[in-house]
Amino acid sequence: MAFEGLTERLQNAMSKLRRKGKISESDLKDVMREIRLALLEADVNFKVVKDFVKTVRERALGSDVLESLTPAQQIVKIVNEELTKLMGEEATPLNKAPKIPTIIMMVGLQGAGKTTTAAKLAKYLKAQEKARPLFIAADVYRPAAIQQLQTVAQQVDTPVFELGTNVDPREIVKQGLAEAAEKKNDYVIIDTAGRLQIDEKLMQELKDIQAIAQPNEILLTVDAMTGQNAVNVAESFNEQLAITGVVLTKLDGDTRGGAALSIRAVTGKPIKFTGQGEKLDALDVFHPDRMANRILGMGDMLTLIEKAQEDYDEKKAAELAEKMQENTFDFNDFIDQLDQVQKMGGIQDILKMMPGMNNVPGLDQIQMGPEEMGHMKAVVYSMTPAERQDPDLLNPSRKRRIAAGSGRPIHEVNRMIKQFMESRKMMSKMSNGNFSGMDQMFGKGMSGRLGKMAMNNMVRKQKKNKRKRMKALRRRK
Amino acid sequence: MGLFDRIKRAFGGSEKETEVTQSEQKYDQGLAKSRKTFGERLNALFANFRSVDEDFFDDLEETLIGADVGFDMAVEITDELREEVKLQNVKEPTEVAQTIVQKLVDRYEQDGSNEQNAIRFASEGPTVILFVGVNGAGKTTTIGKLAHQYRQAGHKVLLAAADTFRAAATEQLQVWGERADAPVVAGKPQGDPAAVVYDAVERAKAENYDILLVDTAGRLQNKVNLMNELDKIKRVITRSIPHAPQEVLLVLDSTTGQNALIQAKEFNDTTQVTGIVLTKLDGTAKGGIVLAIRHELHIPVKLVGLGEQIDDLQDFKPNEFVYGLFKDLIKADYQIDVAASDTPDK
Repeated sequence: MAFEGLTERLQNAMSKLRRKGKISESDLKDVMREIRLALLEADVNFKVVKDFVKTVRERALGSDVLESLTPAQQIVKIVNEELTKLMGEEATPLNKAPKIPTIIMMVGLQGAGKTTTAAKLAKYLKAQEKARPLFIAADVYRPAAIQQLQTVAQQVDTPVFELGTNVDPREIVKQGLAEAAEKKNDYVIIDTAGRLQIDEKLMQELKDIQAIAQPNEILLTVDAMTGQNAVNVAESFNEQLAITGVVLTKLDGDTRGGAALSIRAVTGKPIKFTGQGEKLDALDVFHPDRMANRILGMGDMLTLIEKAQEDYDEKKAAELAEKMQENTFDFNDFIDQLDQVQKMGGIQDILKMMPGMNNVPGLDQIQMGPEEMGHMKAVVYSMTPAERQDPDLLNPSRKRRIAAGSGRPIHEVNRMIKQFMESRKMMSKMSNGNFSGMDQMFGKGMSGRLGKMAMNNMVRKQKKNKRKRMKALRRRK
Repeated sequence: MGLFDRIKRAFGGSEKETEVTQSEQKYDQGLAKSRKTFGERLNALFANFRSVDEDFFDDLEETLIGADVGFDMAVEITDELREEVKLQNVKEPTEVAQTIVQKLVDRYEQDGSNEQNAIRFASEGPTVILFVGVNGAGKTTTIGKLAHQYRQAGHKVLLAAADTFRAAATEQLQVWGERADAPVVAGKPQGDPAAVVYDAVERAKAENYDILLVDTAGRLQNKVNLMNELDKIKRVITRSIPHAPQEVLLVLDSTTGQNALIQAKEFNDTTQVTGIVLTKLDGTAKGGIVLAIRHELHIPVKLVGLGEQIDDLQDFKPNEFVYGLFKDLIKADYQIDVAASDTPDK
């Protein structure tokens, strides 16, 4: 999958932060450097990187990241938001002409994948809109370019207008459009020859074709493996032709694909499609938000973080955290934990949101429906406040009373107490930052750093609520 | 005497200007843009900073990466410089300038000490050259240009159209074959490329061809079955002619970024790449990629594509190249040096 390298580096950078409760300004600088190097290594253009890091740094400084208890999460959030912003907020559809035909012009460097993309696009339009496209073969330079277009056109069952290689491309386009008007084709796709953005003569030819055809869509086709040069290509084509969109090809390779970021940032033009393979149906609509998430490689981790962060009063938490020394865990905390889990949508939902957890076998075996949770609560509520705080008080006589009070059979009370003991053990481990217990419980899936981060957050929140309760208690006394 | 000194002396006037051959002119033209930008970039950087500080190093790193010298090399050089500057307490960016170029050139020379930049030919029987690379890198075009060159030189050349996958790839090679006056062995579309290669090798042997150029379909290096297909093609060649292929050339688009390194590694694992053809070098505006390739791949660049015309494919001359790349920069450095040594007198 593309972008893997970027993910790794960002996660490494973040993990350094995660080990600290609080970070200083110089820590932040280190992280920014890692982010910067990660993006550079991923072929994002250095100018784009510079601006990006600057924005993230400013936002990080401005938003009390340093003060917060979860600096790493905060920065991940900022990075993700900025990435999404940079990539464009949502998928952009193809421009359409108010009356037919819609004219699409494919431009780009040699070997970027214009002809293949043109064929994929025709197939896509036929499938989506039952369109009747026409190709115009305007590449008269590369040997056998027209045959190539004819072959792929045949595969997608679309006619090609061509006049051989001895006619000027401008003339070919003119006549091709006349043909489209006559045959009432609703889409016209012009396949132009690959050219360097610095080739003045050939760029002039494109400008002329643009003037003749008045295309609704000029798609710049760019190889996703392109390095620093992507910016020059995109900028230059955009300046000379005012492109309307970008197609990123060969994304099924193992490139990190930083070109996507660069192009979007310099031209501001949306990436509309991605080429994901050699088959003619391997064309996908580009989803910027998904791509940003993919760069960070965290599934819906962000949603999870957001959920866990709801009504999280950071200042108060920080204040409490300072006082927080003891690591006890009683039934009140247990209930509190259940509440949290319930609020976040039940334990299955939460597990599913964690990266790597989707595939854990036996996930559906974890049975903890709202009903069971209700029962557990009933049991706890049947305890006296003293019992809730000191579980060791529970003797058989008290258990019988609790069972009667909650309307649950005695073995369920016993099982619930056992579960509580397990939880307590785990919580004390987790409070010390030790997750080995978790790992055993969930298998390999939890080993992701971000997953642990989220769990950590949960622990913190639980402690915070405990503080609140104790404070209330003290006040009452 | 190091390469760097040689370049410098050339500009100090203490060494005779080398004769400007036609090929050098071509290099000059093709790289005019590369050189200008590379030199301009560094010069702009030096002009921008009055003191050597953290920001300077960040910018240097970015300038080098922007000039395509590769991520690793950029970071390495910057880190080294950072240390040196600290030790020697340098404050003026101009003092650093010379060192940077020297480091780049030294590294270039050192990394390439045992490089064989010429194409190897078989001592007897046909020489087989296999071309591999990702989609759209320029394999077929390179073969066309190379076939033309070898025909001009009087060799008997055969082409094998083993790209049976991409639409009209065979036709494309046939057009080049006509232009270069070299016959093309072709198979059915979507047929087995190894079969085409087998036919071509047998024909080359039977009809005493000097050189066989094998075109293969472009493939992304992470497609396992396509890479296996390449392995099979190579085995077929070796089975018919034991020491062939004499060369396996990886065709690299010089606008490719860091992925070029992964490409080289993967193709090397499958087919033991013996050399690199760097295409579209006239468009990159940088040319630093050559330094990165030497430093990180340790596979010699053998040919460079400098334009679209049939004779725009050149043998790669490592020293000429780096000379061209740093020419203006060192000149500018030299002027800075003069200016610097002038000031105290006044």
